[in-house]
Amino acid sequence: MTYVRSTFRHPALPKNDLGYTVDYYEGSLSTLCAGCGHDSINAAIVEACWQMNIEPHKVAKLSGIGCSSKSPAYFLSNSHGFNSVHGRMPSVATGANLANRDLIYFGVSGDGDTASIGMGQFVHVVRRNLNMVYLVMNNGCYGLTKGQDSATADAGSKSKAGSVNLFEAIDLASLAIELGATFVAQSFSGDKEQLVPLMKAAMKHNGFSFLNVISPCVTFNNNPGSTKSYDYVREHVEVTGTMDFVPMMREITTNYEAGDISDITLHDGSEIRLHKLQKDWDPLDRFSAINAMQRAKDKGEILTGLLYINEDAPDLQSLLNTTEKPLNSLDREAICPGSAVLEELNSSLR
Amino acid sequence: MQETKINDFVVRFANVNGTGSASANALFTKAVFRMGVPVTPKNIFPSNIQGLPTWYEVRVSEKGYLGRREGVDLMVAVNPQSMKKDYADVASGGYFVYDNTKPLSPDYDRDDITHLGIPMTGLCNAEYTDARQRQLFKNIVYIGALATLFDIEFSVLEGLIGEQFKGKEKLIEPNIKALNLGVDFVKDNFEYPFALRVERRDLLGDKILYSGNSACALGAIYAGATVAAWYPITPSTSVVDAFAKYCSKYRVDPETGKNNYAIVQAEDELAAIGMVMGAMWNGARAFTATSGPGVSLMNEFLGLGYFAEVPTVLIDVQRTGPSTGMPTRTQQSDILLAAYASHGDTKHPLLFPATPKECFEMTAQAFDLTERLQTPVIIMTDLDLGMNDHITDELVWDDATQYDRGKVLSSTQLERIYKAMSSGNGSHIEAQPDSEAEHAGAFLEQFNGKWGRYLDIDGDGIPYRTIAGTNATRGAFVTRGSSRDEYGVYTEDGEAYQRNVDRLAKKWKTAEELVPQPEFLQEQSTKPDGVVFFGTSTYAAEEALEMLEKDGIAMDAMRPRAFPFGKAFRDFVDAHSRIFVIEQNRDAQFRSLMMIELGVDASKLMSVLNYDGMPITADNIYRQILAKCRD
Repeated sequence: MTYVRSTFRHPALPKNDLGYTVDYYEGSLSTLCAGCGHDSINAAIVEACWQMNIEPHKVAKLSGIGCSSKSPAYFLSNSHGFNSVHGRMPSVATGANLANRDLIYFGVSGDGDTASIGMGQFVHVVRRNLNMVYLVMNNGCYGLTKGQDSATADAGSKSKAGSVNLFEAIDLASLAIELGATFVAQSFSGDKEQLVPLMKAAMKHNGFSFLNVISPCVTFNNNPGSTKSYDYVREHVEVTGTMDFVPMMREITTNYEAGDISDITLHDGSEIRLHKLQKDWDPLDRFSAINAMQRAKDKGEILTGLLYINEDAPDLQSLLNTTEKPLNSLDREAICPGSAVLEELNSSLR
Repeated sequence: MQETKINDFVVRFANVNGTGSASANALFTKAVFRMGVPVTPKNIFPSNIQGLPTWYEVRVSEKGYLGRREGVDLMVAVNPQSMKKDYADVASGGYFVYDNTKPLSPDYDRDDITHLGIPMTGLCNAEYTDARQRQLFKNIVYIGALATLFDIEFSVLEGLIGEQFKGKEKLIEPNIKALNLGVDFVKDNFEYPFALRVERRDLLGDKILYSGNSACALGAIYAGATVAAWYPITPSTSVVDAFAKYCSKYRVDPETGKNNYAIVQAEDELAAIGMVMGAMWNGARAFTATSGPGVSLMNEFLGLGYFAEVPTVLIDVQRTGPSTGMPTRTQQSDILLAAYASHGDTKHPLLFPATPKECFEMTAQAFDLTERLQTPVIIMTDLDLGMNDHITDELVWDDATQYDRGKVLSSTQLERIYKAMSSGNGSHIEAQPDSEAEHAGAFLEQFNGKWGRYLDIDGDGIPYRTIAGTNATRGAFVTRGSSRDEYGVYTEDGEAYQRNVDRLAKKWKTAEELVPQPEFLQEQSTKPDGVVFFGTSTYAAEEALEMLEKDGIAMDAMRPRAFPFGKAFRDFVDAHSRIFVIEQNRDAQFRSLMMIELGVDASKLMSVLNYDGMPITADNIYRQILAKCRD
């Protein structure tokens, strides 16, 4: 980590359509360890939001507790943040979303926060298809309490102290697909090229977007024998395909070489242009996504990229048939029935 | 020949749950109400859906005593499982109404009570062929029979049946027929009316018959709550049921058919209150309802709400603890749990409604309080108040009511704060043509050009908050349960931490004046002894005070309506040498709260307790106080 951040910015830093340079999307100085994967992910969030021309105050960033959950302070300083309690970010995000459907909800969690203490809330927010991005910074260990194994540590993975994890890992991405998540992707903190378009698509997706990002813990889980170390992950990453996110009304600029290219149109007309590298995998088909992940697992590979997407499923607010206007901005006439109605009610109770 | 009791008796119905007795018994209560006579019903039901004993006790009281009274004057015993005990429970001189389709066993041989056999099963079997109808109408048959015995006007029952089945008119005729089966049997076989009688009066005026849970839900509706998140638990479930019912009636946009509300059944109480906090943090009014076990789970979020200063409304419909306890019995036993919920130094404002009207008003007020104070507010009702119907004053709503959304900065206000900074000092705020608006914005200068989420510029301990999405460049911050400075920046600096928690203590002091003030039975304290009671102990306590007065024991009385306790509360405590604290739990929790918060000498506070899960009775209070006075 850097204790003093330079305030110098290149005078010719490019501006996005809103006229902001990328530093406008940064947060306060990170207090995570130097080389922490989480900081790379935070940088990708900043980049994605800048590229997407997002107004920061239209984003709410939420988290639970842990190293990853400190992150909301380190990106988008012009957004409201809620660093809540351990494993409970999904419920806070659900309430916040119900109050104001017009913001983008960006949730950041960790493997302890999601796969252990927060498992109950995680599985339920998935099945409600809450319109949010849920990003897990997954390092297989509890960093903030000095490196205990988490529930996503692979069986047989070795800790820094040399102990071997005895228990099966919870595969969050497969679980999310199983539970009905409508956008599921996996990535690696060291692969910004892949992360940024995934985040952009995730923010545009109308429904629950799950990003499981392997994010090595440099201090406690980056040793030989760990399956969440930088070296191990780099050696075992297998991508589903390369993709580009094409915002609505934007000209497609990426040119892929000949191959299996498919376009997926998102809710607002944006497109994901996908260059598939995996055979027998169709991101619109849950079964093939799960199969692809299981095959990769068998081969000891970590499958990254977009895994599954379903743009047609209604999100929580659609399911609840809530009004288009955010509930926090309804006029009094719309919410208070008034004295005449009360008088009728009184009469009916006599 | 029994003594004639007009408008002053207790009837208990002993039924099997799941047999449709609840609506029939409620019909009896409503009929007495329509006769203009004060009546108070209590459901005494099992934690079960079908097949176990359930009782419904109705007290009729011309004098308007609405608490429970001991002694059953008439028992309607239609449950063989509990009949032995039900039989024994009839007061001497009372009546035992039973189904004599089969003869009563010879050991039911009390000669101090009157046995009234009505062949309910026989009458129904002869009249109806459908098994479910035979069962359901048995209940209506005994209502018809009782009405005739009590001299309740038949037209009143007819009217109620008509209202109950409005829209399902097919059902009116068979119900009336069932009533008549009972009526005719009584007329053919007994002398009627008998010694217990309901005589028409006009004692109720504008009063209504309503349950606390429905009233809480309606309070939330009128306060503009748009989000409810909950997890099913007896006895609070009907709060959200009622909220959903009212929402579907009053909160659906007539043009679009879309809902101006959202209700989520959460995966547990942790999530339920988390959702409420997320919604209130984001500017909507939201609430949850639960009972003791749920409050236990909500502790972590209550601590967050206190420390991060997030408004939250929680309705705790208390039941008998600890643990699962007796889920369908009442108690006031979450007082200490709620007052100090969560680890660390925490305190939460509590409201203690005593009537459905207060449930309505206090729930509505709780939203103003929680947003004004930026801290969770807990409404402490209980099973007795929540799930039973009570006679209560009619509900009133002033259409001029303005919601108090508390200290929330608008986009313009945020910009004015920073405009002051750019001009170098606070004096350069542009003059507004409207002097009132100018005055309204004057406080912004106190920020000295920089807003801080936890800055106390007003000296009342309450800072100014902002809602996400308000302004593009000003007012963003991270809400967190960890220590932070006045500007919302994470800190582990001990002094900054202490400044913050001291400000929270100051805010607590501010709350004293804002919460509902205690009610006093006398204009001025004059007696050496005082009595303190709250919530559902109120009716019984007031009746007991009258009983004591007849014995020459007169005392001043205070009904606290909220925690923290303010000056009026302290003055009452100081003005009396001995205070009886009446409450419905074993450990005298309210008394403990008085000792902790006010430092009252333990020897000054005498406990009057009831904790068997049944609503407290006047007789019980009377006996306990009398014994202590004669010690």
